[in-house]
Amino acid sequence: MPVSVIPFGPQHPVLPEPIHLKLTVEDEVIREAVPALGYVHRGLEKLAEIRDFQQMIQIVERVCGICSMMHSLCYVQGIEAMMGIEVPPRAKYLRVIWAELHRMHSHLLWLGLFADSFGFESLFMEIWKIREKIMDLQEATTGNRVIVSVNVIGGVRRDLSPEQQRMILTTLKDVEDEVRRLEKTLLDDYTIKKRTKGKGVLRSDQALELGCVGPVLRGSGVAKDTRLLGYAAYNELSFQPVVEPDGDCHARGKVRYREVLQSIDLIRQALSKLPDGELSASVRGRPEGEGTARVEQPRGELFYYIRADGGRQLSRVRIRTPTFANLPALVTMLPGVYLSDVPVVVMSIDPCISCTER
Amino acid sequence: MSMEAIAVSPEHVVGACAERKAAGYRFVTMTCVAVDEHMLDVLYHFDKDMELEHLRLRIPKDSCVPSITPVFFAAFLVENEIQDLFGLRFCGLAIDYKHSLYLDEAAPKAPFCKGAVDASPRPGGKPPGDPESSE
Repeated sequence: MPVSVIPFGPQHPVLPEPIHLKLTVEDEVIREAVPALGYVHRGLEKLAEIRDFQQMIQIVERVCGICSMMHSLCYVQGIEAMMGIEVPPRAKYLRVIWAELHRMHSHLLWLGLFADSFGFESLFMEIWKIREKIMDLQEATTGNRVIVSVNVIGGVRRDLSPEQQRMILTTLKDVEDEVRRLEKTLLDDYTIKKRTKGKGVLRSDQALELGCVGPVLRGSGVAKDTRLLGYAAYNELSFQPVVEPDGDCHARGKVRYREVLQSIDLIRQALSKLPDGELSASVRGRPEGEGTARVEQPRGELFYYIRADGGRQLSRVRIRTPTFANLPALVTMLPGVYLSDVPVVVMSIDPCISCTER
Repeated sequence: MSMEAIAVSPEHVVGACAERKAAGYRFVTMTCVAVDEHMLDVLYHFDKDMELEHLRLRIPKDSCVPSITPVFFAAFLVENEIQDLFGLRFCGLAIDYKHSLYLDEAAPKAPFCKGAVDASPRPGGKPPGDPESSE
Protein backbone atom coordinates (compact mmCIF):
# COMPACT_ATOMS: atom_id res chain seq x y z
CA MET A 1 0.00 0.00 0.00
CA PRO A 2 1.54 3.37 -0.99
CA VAL A 3 2.03 5.94 1.74
CA SER A 4 1.01 9.57 1.54
CA VAL A 5 2.17 12.51 3.61
CA ILE A 6 -0.68 14.75 4.71
CA PRO A 7 -0.16 18.08 6.45
CA PHE A 8 -2.49 18.65 9.41
CA GLY A 9 -2.54 22.31 10.45
CA PRO A 10 -1.18 24.80 11.27
CA GLN A 11 -4.61 26.17 10.32
CA HIS A 12 -7.32 23.59 10.90
CA PRO A 13 -10.98 24.00 11.98
CA VAL A 14 -10.42 21.97 15.14
CA LEU A 15 -7.27 23.76 16.25
CA PRO A 16 -7.68 26.91 18.32
CA GLU A 17 -3.95 27.57 17.93
CA PRO A 18 -1.43 26.81 15.21
CA ILE A 19 0.48 23.55 15.27
CA HIS A 20 1.52 21.53 12.25
CA LEU A 21 1.54 17.74 12.16
CA LYS A 22 3.19 15.90 9.33
CA LEU A 23 1.12 12.73 9.04
CA THR A 24 2.38 9.74 7.13
CA VAL A 25 -0.74 7.84 6.09
CA GLU A 26 -1.24 4.38 4.64
CA ASP A 27 -4.80 3.59 3.55
CA GLU A 28 -6.25 6.28 5.84
CA VAL A 29 -4.35 4.90 8.84
CA ILE A 30 -1.67 7.05 10.47
CA ARG A 31 1.75 5.41 10.39
CA GLU A 32 3.84 8.31 11.71
CA ALA A 33 3.19 11.77 13.10
CA VAL A 34 5.83 14.47 13.53
CA PRO A 35 4.89 17.81 15.07
CA ALA A 36 6.27 21.15 13.87
CA LEU A 37 6.12 24.24 16.02
CA GLY A 38 7.29 27.82 15.70
CA TYR A 39 4.16 29.67 14.58
CA VAL A 40 3.67 31.62 17.83
CA HIS A 41 7.10 31.51 19.49
CA ARG A 42 7.70 34.74 21.42
CA GLY A 43 10.79 34.06 23.54
CA LEU A 44 9.12 35.33 26.71
CA GLU A 45 11.74 33.66 28.94
CA LYS A 46 14.33 36.03 27.52
CA LEU A 47 12.44 39.01 28.95
CA ALA A 48 13.63 37.96 32.42
CA GLU A 49 16.94 39.57 31.49
CA ILE A 50 15.43 43.04 30.98
CA ARG A 51 12.33 43.11 33.25
CA ASP A 52 12.76 43.10 36.99
CA PHE A 53 11.56 40.17 39.03
CA GLN A 54 8.32 41.94 40.02
CA GLN A 55 7.49 42.86 36.41
CA MET A 56 8.00 39.23 35.38
CA ILE A 57 4.65 38.40 37.01
CA GLN A 58 2.89 40.31 34.23
CA ILE A 59 5.07 38.56 31.65
CA VAL A 60 4.42 35.00 32.85
CA GLU A 61 0.69 35.71 33.12
CA ARG A 62 0.78 36.27 29.38
CA VAL A 63 2.35 32.93 28.56
CA CYS A 64 -1.19 31.61 28.34
CA GLY A 65 -4.56 33.29 28.76
CA ILE A 66 -6.43 30.20 29.81
CA CYS A 67 -4.17 29.40 32.74
CA SER A 68 -2.62 32.83 33.44
CA MET A 69 -3.32 32.53 37.16
CA MET A 70 -1.38 29.25 37.37
CA HIS A 71 1.67 30.73 35.66
CA SER A 72 1.86 33.65 38.06
CA LEU A 73 1.17 31.31 40.99
CA CYS A 74 4.04 29.02 40.04
CA TYR A 75 6.38 31.94 39.45
CA VAL A 76 5.62 33.79 42.69
CA GLN A 77 5.86 30.55 44.69
CA GLY A 78 9.32 30.00 43.22
CA ILE A 79 10.43 33.54 44.12
CA GLU A 80 8.85 33.32 47.59
CA ALA A 81 10.73 30.07 48.29
CA MET A 82 13.96 31.68 47.11
CA MET A 83 13.45 34.77 49.31
CA GLY A 84 12.09 32.88 52.31
CA ILE A 85 8.76 34.74 52.29
CA GLU A 86 5.92 33.24 54.33
CA VAL A 87 2.62 33.91 52.59
CA PRO A 88 -0.33 34.78 54.90
CA PRO A 89 -2.88 31.94 55.29
CA ARG A 90 -5.77 33.96 53.83
CA ALA A 91 -3.75 34.61 50.67
CA LYS A 92 -3.02 30.89 50.32
CA TYR A 93 -6.74 30.06 50.43
CA LEU A 94 -7.61 32.84 48.00
CA ARG A 95 -4.99 31.49 45.61
CA VAL A 96 -6.68 28.08 45.74
CA ILE A 97 -10.10 29.61 45.00
CA TRP A 98 -8.94 31.52 41.94
CA ALA A 99 -6.77 28.61 40.76
CA GLU A 100 -9.73 26.24 40.87
CA LEU A 101 -11.98 28.75 39.08
CA HIS A 102 -9.29 28.82 36.41
CA ARG A 103 -9.24 25.03 36.23
CA MET A 104 -13.03 24.97 35.85
CA HIS A 105 -13.16 27.47 33.02
CA SER A 106 -10.24 25.75 31.27
CA HIS A 107 -11.83 22.31 31.51
CA LEU A 108 -15.22 23.63 30.40
CA LEU A 109 -13.56 25.38 27.48
CA TRP A 110 -11.88 22.10 26.57
CA LEU A 111 -15.04 19.99 26.98
CA GLY A 112 -16.76 22.32 24.53
CA LEU A 113 -13.89 22.19 22.04
CA PHE A 114 -13.76 18.41 22.40
CA ALA A 115 -17.46 18.19 21.51
CA ASP A 116 -16.73 20.46 18.55
CA SER A 117 -13.93 18.14 17.42
CA PHE A 118 -16.40 15.34 16.75
CA GLY A 119 -19.13 17.62 15.43
CA PHE A 120 -21.43 17.90 18.47
CA GLU A 121 -22.10 21.61 18.04
CA SER A 122 -25.07 21.96 20.39
CA LEU A 123 -23.10 20.33 23.23
CA PHE A 124 -20.17 22.65 22.47
CA MET A 125 -22.41 25.71 22.84
CA GLU A 126 -24.17 24.36 25.92
CA ILE A 127 -20.85 23.81 27.74
CA TRP A 128 -19.51 27.21 26.80
CA LYS A 129 -22.73 28.77 28.07
CA ILE A 130 -21.99 27.21 31.47
CA ARG A 131 -18.38 28.38 31.28
CA GLU A 132 -19.56 31.99 30.94
CA LYS A 133 -20.75 31.88 34.55
CA ILE A 134 -17.19 31.17 35.69
CA MET A 135 -15.85 33.94 33.47
CA ASP A 136 -18.38 36.31 35.03
CA LEU A 137 -17.21 35.22 38.50
CA GLN A 138 -13.63 35.95 37.58
CA GLU A 139 -14.56 39.37 36.27
CA ALA A 140 -16.66 40.17 39.34
CA THR A 141 -13.93 39.13 41.79
CA THR A 142 -10.77 40.25 39.99
CA GLY A 143 -11.85 42.82 37.40
CA ASN A 144 -10.78 40.65 34.49
CA ARG A 145 -12.32 37.68 32.73
CA VAL A 146 -9.14 35.93 31.62
CA ILE A 147 -5.89 37.41 32.93
CA VAL A 148 -6.98 37.84 36.52
CA SER A 149 -3.68 39.25 37.86
CA VAL A 150 -4.31 38.43 41.51
CA ASN A 151 -0.89 37.09 42.49
CA VAL A 152 1.91 39.23 43.85
CA ILE A 153 5.12 38.13 45.48
CA GLY A 154 4.14 37.51 49.09
CA GLY A 155 0.41 37.01 48.59
CA VAL A 156 -2.53 38.32 46.56
CA ARG A 157 -3.65 41.80 45.59
CA ARG A 158 -7.41 41.28 46.04
CA ASP A 159 -9.75 39.99 48.72
CA LEU A 160 -13.15 38.35 48.55
CA SER A 161 -15.89 40.19 50.41
CA PRO A 162 -18.64 38.17 52.15
CA GLU A 163 -21.03 39.17 49.33
CA GLN A 164 -18.58 37.92 46.72
CA GLN A 165 -18.15 34.66 48.62
CA ARG A 166 -21.93 34.16 48.65
CA MET A 167 -22.09 34.96 44.95
CA ILE A 168 -19.41 32.34 44.23
CA LEU A 169 -21.29 29.68 46.21
CA THR A 170 -24.59 30.49 44.50
CA THR A 171 -23.02 30.41 41.04
CA LEU A 172 -21.18 27.18 41.77
CA LYS A 173 -24.48 25.53 42.71
CA ASP A 174 -25.95 26.57 39.35
CA VAL A 175 -22.84 25.40 37.50
CA GLU A 176 -22.82 22.07 39.34
CA ASP A 177 -26.47 21.44 38.48
CA GLU A 178 -25.91 22.29 34.84
CA VAL A 179 -22.72 20.24 34.55
CA ARG A 180 -24.36 17.21 36.18
CA ARG A 181 -27.29 17.57 33.77
CA LEU A 182 -24.81 17.01 30.92
CA GLU A 183 -23.12 14.01 32.54
CA LYS A 184 -25.18 11.34 30.81
CA THR A 185 -24.60 12.95 27.41
CA LEU A 186 -20.89 13.56 27.94
CA LEU A 187 -20.05 10.15 29.35
CA ASP A 188 -22.70 7.74 27.99
CA ASP A 189 -23.86 9.09 24.65
CA TYR A 190 -23.55 6.40 21.96
CA THR A 191 -22.01 8.68 19.34
CA ILE A 192 -19.50 10.24 21.73
CA LYS A 193 -18.37 6.83 22.93
CA LYS A 194 -18.12 5.62 19.35
CA ARG A 195 -15.85 8.56 18.50
CA THR A 196 -13.70 8.51 21.65
CA LYS A 197 -13.53 5.06 23.24
CA GLY A 198 -10.49 3.05 22.22
CA LYS A 199 -9.04 6.03 20.30
CA GLY A 200 -5.52 7.28 20.98
CA VAL A 201 -4.83 4.71 23.67
CA LEU A 202 -1.89 5.37 25.98
CA ARG A 203 -1.01 2.73 28.56
CA SER A 204 0.09 3.80 32.03
CA ASP A 205 3.67 2.62 31.48
CA GLN A 206 3.84 4.56 28.19
CA ALA A 207 2.41 7.68 29.82
CA LEU A 208 5.01 7.56 32.57
CA GLU A 209 7.89 6.83 30.22
CA LEU A 210 6.87 9.67 27.90
CA GLY A 211 6.78 12.13 30.80
CA CYS A 212 3.05 12.85 30.49
CA VAL A 213 1.31 15.07 33.01
CA GLY A 214 -2.16 16.07 34.12
CA PRO A 215 -5.36 14.56 32.74
CA VAL A 216 -3.35 12.73 30.04
CA LEU A 217 -1.41 10.89 32.76
CA ARG A 218 -4.38 10.41 35.09
CA GLY A 219 -6.53 9.27 32.14
CA SER A 220 -4.02 6.43 31.76
CA GLY A 221 -4.57 5.31 35.34
CA VAL A 222 -1.65 7.07 37.06
CA ALA A 223 -2.63 8.91 40.26
CA LYS A 224 -0.23 11.85 40.01
CA ASP A 225 -1.40 15.38 40.77
CA THR A 226 1.01 18.18 41.63
CA ARG A 227 -1.52 19.63 44.10
CA LEU A 228 -0.57 16.73 46.36
CA LEU A 229 2.65 18.68 47.04
CA GLY A 230 0.42 20.77 49.31
CA TYR A 231 1.36 24.20 47.95
CA ALA A 232 -0.93 27.20 48.69
CA ALA A 233 -3.64 25.74 50.96
CA TYR A 234 -4.02 22.36 49.25
CA ASN A 235 -2.36 20.62 52.20
CA GLU A 236 -5.36 21.68 54.32
CA LEU A 237 -8.02 20.53 51.85
CA SER A 238 -9.31 17.03 51.24
CA PHE A 239 -9.05 15.63 47.73
CA GLN A 240 -7.75 12.67 45.75
CA PRO A 241 -6.46 12.72 42.17
CA VAL A 242 -9.14 11.92 39.60
CA VAL A 243 -8.01 8.78 37.78
CA GLU A 244 -9.50 6.80 34.89
CA PRO A 245 -7.82 3.57 33.78
CA ASP A 246 -8.67 3.21 30.08
CA GLY A 247 -6.05 5.57 28.62
CA ASP A 248 -8.18 6.61 25.63
CA CYS A 249 -9.79 9.89 24.55
CA HIS A 250 -12.95 9.07 26.47
CA ALA A 251 -10.97 8.51 29.68
CA ARG A 252 -9.14 11.83 29.31
CA GLY A 253 -12.48 13.59 28.82
CA LYS A 254 -13.94 11.83 31.85
CA VAL A 255 -11.02 12.96 34.02
CA ARG A 256 -11.60 16.58 33.05
CA TYR A 257 -15.35 16.32 33.56
CA ARG A 258 -14.85 14.90 37.07
CA GLU A 259 -12.19 17.52 37.82
CA VAL A 260 -14.75 20.28 37.19
CA LEU A 261 -16.83 18.80 40.03
CA GLN A 262 -13.68 18.34 42.13
CA SER A 263 -12.82 22.03 41.69
CA ILE A 264 -16.31 23.02 42.88
CA ASP A 265 -15.74 20.90 45.98
CA LEU A 266 -12.29 22.41 46.59
CA ILE A 267 -13.62 25.98 46.30
CA ARG A 268 -16.42 25.19 48.76
CA GLN A 269 -13.88 23.71 51.17
CA ALA A 270 -11.59 26.72 50.80
CA LEU A 271 -14.42 29.21 51.34
CA SER A 272 -15.64 27.33 54.41
CA LYS A 273 -12.14 27.44 55.93
CA LEU A 274 -11.09 30.88 54.67
CA PRO A 275 -9.13 32.41 57.55
CA ASP A 276 -9.04 36.09 58.44
CA GLY A 277 -5.82 38.02 58.10
CA GLU A 278 -3.46 39.85 55.81
CA LEU A 279 -3.45 39.49 52.04
CA SER A 280 0.29 39.71 51.55
CA ALA A 281 3.61 39.70 53.33
CA SER A 282 6.19 42.43 52.95
CA VAL A 283 8.93 41.80 50.42
CA ARG A 284 12.44 43.03 51.17
CA GLY A 285 15.59 42.45 49.20
CA ARG A 286 16.08 40.66 45.92
CA PRO A 287 16.02 36.97 45.01
CA GLU A 288 19.30 35.12 44.89
CA GLY A 289 19.99 31.49 44.17
CA GLU A 290 18.56 28.75 42.02
CA GLY A 291 15.33 26.82 42.44
CA THR A 292 12.30 25.17 40.91
CA ALA A 293 8.57 25.44 41.45
CA ARG A 294 5.65 23.31 40.35
CA VAL A 295 1.88 23.69 40.33
CA GLU A 296 -0.95 21.67 38.79
CA GLN A 297 -2.22 23.63 35.82
CA PRO A 298 -5.51 22.51 34.18
CA ARG A 299 -3.44 20.65 31.59
CA GLY A 300 -1.03 19.16 34.11
CA GLU A 301 2.19 19.85 35.95
CA LEU A 302 3.67 23.27 35.28
CA PHE A 303 7.40 23.55 36.04
CA TYR A 304 9.47 26.70 36.56
CA TYR A 305 13.23 26.92 36.96
CA ILE A 306 14.47 30.27 38.31
CA ARG A 307 18.05 31.48 38.73
CA ALA A 308 18.86 34.85 40.30
CA ASP A 309 22.11 36.52 41.23
CA GLY A 310 20.75 39.16 43.62
CA GLY A 311 20.12 41.81 40.99
CA ARG A 312 16.82 43.35 39.91
CA GLN A 313 16.63 41.06 36.91
CA LEU A 314 16.66 37.28 37.05
CA SER A 315 19.42 35.55 35.14
CA ARG A 316 17.17 32.74 33.90
CA VAL A 317 13.52 31.75 33.93
CA ARG A 318 12.69 28.47 32.26
CA ILE A 319 9.07 27.41 31.84
CA ARG A 320 8.07 23.84 31.03
CA THR A 321 4.37 23.83 30.27
CA PRO A 322 2.12 20.75 30.39
CA THR A 323 1.45 20.64 26.65
CA PHE A 324 5.21 20.59 26.04
CA ALA A 325 5.33 17.46 28.21
CA ASN A 326 2.33 15.86 26.52
CA LEU A 327 3.33 16.40 22.88
CA PRO A 328 5.67 13.36 22.76
CA ALA A 329 2.69 11.24 23.83
CA LEU A 330 0.73 12.58 20.87
CA VAL A 331 3.49 11.31 18.57
CA THR A 332 3.00 7.90 20.19
CA MET A 333 -0.83 7.92 20.23
CA LEU A 334 -1.45 8.82 16.61
CA PRO A 335 0.12 5.87 14.73
CA GLY A 336 -2.64 3.31 14.14
CA VAL A 337 -5.60 5.72 14.30
CA TYR A 338 -7.74 6.66 11.30
CA LEU A 339 -7.15 10.04 9.68
CA SER A 340 -10.74 10.99 10.59
CA ASP A 341 -9.94 10.49 14.30
CA VAL A 342 -6.85 12.72 14.31
CA PRO A 343 -8.77 15.87 15.42
CA VAL A 344 -10.28 13.97 18.36
CA VAL A 345 -6.95 12.49 19.46
CA VAL A 346 -5.11 15.82 19.07
CA MET A 347 -7.77 17.63 21.10
CA SER A 348 -7.69 14.93 23.79
CA ILE A 349 -4.35 16.20 25.13
CA ASP A 350 -5.85 19.73 25.38
CA PRO A 351 -3.01 21.29 23.39
CA CYS A 352 -2.04 24.83 24.31
CA ILE A 353 0.44 26.04 21.77
CA SER A 354 1.02 29.54 23.14
CA CYS A 355 2.03 27.82 26.41
CA THR A 356 4.24 25.38 24.56
CA GLU A 357 6.12 27.96 22.56
CA ARG A 358 6.11 30.80 25.09
CA MET B 1 18.24 29.22 48.27
CA SER B 2 20.38 26.77 46.40
CA MET B 3 19.25 23.78 44.43
CA GLU B 4 21.14 20.54 44.80
CA ALA B 5 22.14 19.06 41.47
CA ILE B 6 24.39 16.08 40.86
CA ALA B 7 27.27 16.93 38.54
CA VAL B 8 27.68 14.63 35.54
CA SER B 9 30.13 14.49 32.67
CA PRO B 10 29.17 14.23 28.98
CA GLU B 11 30.40 10.61 28.93
CA HIS B 12 28.13 9.61 31.80
CA VAL B 13 24.99 11.69 31.26
CA VAL B 14 23.12 9.09 29.19
CA GLY B 15 24.02 6.35 31.66
CA ALA B 16 22.93 8.49 34.61
CA CYS B 17 19.57 9.11 32.91
CA ALA B 18 19.19 5.40 32.16
CA GLU B 19 19.82 4.63 35.85
CA ARG B 20 17.03 6.99 36.85
CA LYS B 21 14.67 5.51 34.31
CA ALA B 22 15.40 2.03 35.67
CA ALA B 23 14.76 3.35 39.18
CA GLY B 24 11.28 4.56 38.16
CA TYR B 25 11.93 8.27 37.75
CA ARG B 26 9.73 10.34 35.41
CA PHE B 27 11.56 12.68 33.04
CA VAL B 28 10.30 16.20 33.81
CA THR B 29 12.37 18.37 31.48
CA MET B 30 15.79 19.87 30.83
CA THR B 31 16.96 23.43 31.38
CA CYS B 32 19.84 25.19 29.68
CA VAL B 33 21.46 28.17 31.37
CA ALA B 34 24.22 30.38 29.97
CA VAL B 35 26.82 30.52 32.74
CA ASP B 36 29.11 32.93 30.86
CA GLU B 37 30.17 33.57 27.28
CA HIS B 38 31.81 30.17 26.98
CA MET B 39 30.02 27.74 29.28
CA LEU B 40 26.48 26.39 29.55
CA ASP B 41 24.74 24.44 32.28
CA VAL B 42 22.38 21.73 31.09
CA LEU B 43 20.13 20.57 33.91
CA TYR B 44 18.15 17.32 33.75
CA HIS B 45 15.10 17.23 36.02
CA PHE B 46 13.46 14.00 37.21
CA ASP B 47 10.57 13.23 39.52
CA LYS B 48 9.87 10.25 41.73
CA ASP B 49 7.21 10.16 44.44
CA MET B 50 6.75 13.93 44.05
CA GLU B 51 10.44 14.60 44.81
CA LEU B 52 12.64 16.23 42.20
CA GLU B 53 16.18 15.19 41.41
CA HIS B 54 18.49 17.21 39.19
CA LEU B 55 21.62 16.41 37.17
CA ARG B 56 23.95 19.20 36.10
CA LEU B 57 26.14 19.00 33.02
CA ARG B 58 28.52 21.98 32.66
CA ILE B 59 29.85 22.11 29.16
CA PRO B 60 31.46 24.50 26.62
CA LYS B 61 28.81 25.95 24.32
CA ASP B 62 30.45 24.61 21.17
CA SER B 63 30.26 21.01 22.43
CA CYS B 64 28.06 18.22 21.15
CA VAL B 65 26.08 16.77 24.03
CA PRO B 66 24.98 13.12 23.82
CA SER B 67 21.22 13.07 23.34
CA ILE B 68 19.22 11.23 25.99
CA THR B 69 16.40 10.46 23.52
CA PRO B 70 17.50 6.80 23.27
CA VAL B 71 16.58 6.60 26.98
CA PHE B 72 13.79 9.18 27.24
CA PHE B 73 12.20 9.74 23.83
CA ALA B 74 10.24 12.64 25.33
CA ALA B 75 13.47 14.67 25.54
CA PHE B 76 13.51 15.23 21.77
CA LEU B 77 11.46 18.43 22.03
CA VAL B 78 13.48 20.08 24.77
CA GLU B 79 16.81 19.10 23.19
CA ASN B 80 15.66 20.68 19.94
CA GLU B 81 14.52 23.76 21.87
CA ILE B 82 17.99 24.09 23.44
CA GLN B 83 19.58 23.66 20.00
CA ASP B 84 17.42 26.51 18.72
CA LEU B 85 17.77 28.92 21.60
CA PHE B 86 21.34 28.25 22.81
CA GLY B 87 23.03 26.79 19.74
CA LEU B 88 24.19 23.76 21.70
CA ARG B 89 24.28 20.63 19.58
CA PHE B 90 22.90 17.24 20.61
CA CYS B 91 24.33 14.10 19.04
CA GLY B 92 22.01 11.20 18.29
CA LEU B 93 18.73 13.12 18.56
CA ALA B 94 15.74 10.89 17.75
CA ILE B 95 14.04 13.69 15.76
CA ASP B 96 16.41 16.49 14.76
CA TYR B 97 14.76 19.72 13.59
CA LYS B 98 18.17 21.15 12.73
CA HIS B 99 17.70 24.45 14.59
CA SER B 100 14.22 25.06 13.14
CA LEU B 101 11.85 23.90 15.88
CA TYR B 102 10.91 27.48 16.75
CA LEU B 103 13.07 29.73 14.63
CA ASP B 104 12.97 30.33 10.91
CA GLU B 105 15.98 31.16 8.78
CA ALA B 106 15.63 34.93 9.22
CA ALA B 107 15.58 34.78 13.03
CA PRO B 108 18.69 35.53 15.10
CA LYS B 109 20.75 32.40 15.79
CA ALA B 110 20.88 31.09 19.36
CA PRO B 111 19.12 34.14 20.84
CA PHE B 112 19.40 32.92 24.46
CA CYS B 113 23.15 32.37 24.33
CA LYS B 114 25.64 34.93 25.58
CA GLY B 115 28.29 35.84 23.01
CA ALA B 116 28.72 34.60 19.47
CA VAL B 117 27.77 31.06 18.59
CA ASP B 118 27.81 28.90 15.50
CA ALA B 119 24.25 27.66 15.21
CA SER B 120 24.23 27.02 11.48
CA PRO B 121 22.08 24.07 10.43
CA ARG B 122 23.92 20.88 9.78
CA PRO B 123 23.66 19.34 6.31
CA GLY B 124 20.98 16.75 5.74
CA GLY B 125 18.01 18.41 4.06
CA LYS B 126 14.93 20.00 5.48
CA PRO B 127 13.84 19.31 9.04
CA PRO B 128 11.30 16.53 9.59
CA GLY B 129 8.38 18.77 10.51
CA ASP B 130 8.71 21.12 7.55
CA PRO B 131 5.36 21.06 5.68
CA GLU B 132 7.19 21.52 2.41
CA SER B 133 9.57 18.68 3.07
CA SER B 134 9.44 15.99 0.42
CA GLU B 135 10.59 13.24 2.82
